[in-house]
Amino acid sequence: MAEEKHPPDSAGGLNRRVFFVKLGLGSLSIAAAGTAVFAYQFLSPNVLYEPSPTINAGKPGSYPLDSVTLDVNSGIYIVHSKEGFFSLSAVCTHLGCLTAWKPDLGIIACPCHGSKFQQNGQKIEGPAPKPLPWKRMWVNDDGDLMVDRSTDIGPMQFVRV
Amino acid sequence: MAKRVIQYFDDLRDTRLWRSIFRSGTGSSTLHRALAIQQNVFLHLFSTKVRRRMLSFSATWYLGTLTLGTFLILVITGILLMLYYHPSVPQAYADTKDLQFVVSSGLFLRNLHRWSAHAMVFLVFAHMFKVFYRGAYRPPREFNWVIGVILLLITLLLSYTGYLLPWDQLAFWAITVGSNIASAVPLLGNKIHFLLLGGNSVNANALLRFYVLHCMILPLMAIFLIAIHFWRIRKDGGLYAHPSEPATLRAKAAAGQVAQ
Repeated sequence: MAEEKHPPDSAGGLNRRVFFVKLGLGSLSIAAAGTAVFAYQFLSPNVLYEPSPTINAGKPGSYPLDSVTLDVNSGIYIVHSKEGFFSLSAVCTHLGCLTAWKPDLGIIACPCHGSKFQQNGQKIEGPAPKPLPWKRMWVNDDGDLMVDRSTDIGPMQFVRV
Repeated sequence: MAKRVIQYFDDLRDTRLWRSIFRSGTGSSTLHRALAIQQNVFLHLFSTKVRRRMLSFSATWYLGTLTLGTFLILVITGILLMLYYHPSVPQAYADTKDLQFVVSSGLFLRNLHRWSAHAMVFLVFAHMFKVFYRGAYRPPREFNWVIGVILLLITLLLSYTGYLLPWDQLAFWAITVGSNIASAVPLLGNKIHFLLLGGNSVNANALLRFYVLHCMILPLMAIFLIAIHFWRIRKDGGLYAHPSEPATLRAKAAAGQVAQ
């Protein structure tokens, strides 16, 4: 208690002014970091009023053999091939345009920048960097084809009905 | 004998009200004319004195001034368009159609906004080419060049965000493609895409975010930087004039003839 003095330049050069400057800058840094976190959290919506990723594509019987059907609203293809059913993303892997099935050429083509894909999503030519991903597909208890757009699966996983 | 019109103006400028607003006083002396610039909040950004040759058309082609002109047209027409436009998915396209076909002078204002936007992008580039090829970006003006580059980016972002607002097919796919370019940023790409659109796809949140960016955030940033841009012209020694340029040579020749 008796030793409590205030030397002008105590150990480590920490006098009162330096201490308060450091305290101030430290508080400002913490506040700035908090503001950054606050801003990021505020700008990221916690609830999205977007369509459900799960699609009911209807009865398998409505898709004839060797057909490719585009669902414009959900951005997926329902393909009925000889090996079985599968679902393919219709969103181009280049910049997100909606691709189109060209029945006369037997390919999927993107109108924006000319990417071409095979019926199974394999890339024929760019600028798309990746093939069109396959989407998880199953048949529900009512016998309807269901597609989960948020889940990519590996290619050649056919659904047989 | 009746007073001449100009004398009424002189009397007006001697009134107490006028003098309370404009403190520089009346008169045509160099001091008064300098004070009129220096004591005005808007004009004080500019130099109090400018050499006549630097104001010649060939020196700058007035490209910077013309860019400011288009910006002012865009602010005024933009505010008027905001009075009839709702940034919501059910209404945005219908409001655009209403502006086109129903609102009095809506077609004129929308077209003026659109053409001025195109003109501003063109003029900003022309301004930068002119500054670049004259070498007017060199020290001590290098910082003002940097501000100019940021203003170019803001101009392009204003064009890009305004592109979405009509909410037609062109707008939707242009922003789908454009925002997917942001996804190509390493590591943070998808986060930036999500924050920019306020979701995973171009939807109601994206429309509102682009509206706020277009009408509020980007114009305020532009006005802030334009003020610094003009103020720096004065601080960096006034408008640039190169000794070998025709305008400067003509001014020298004219001065020589007067001297003779």
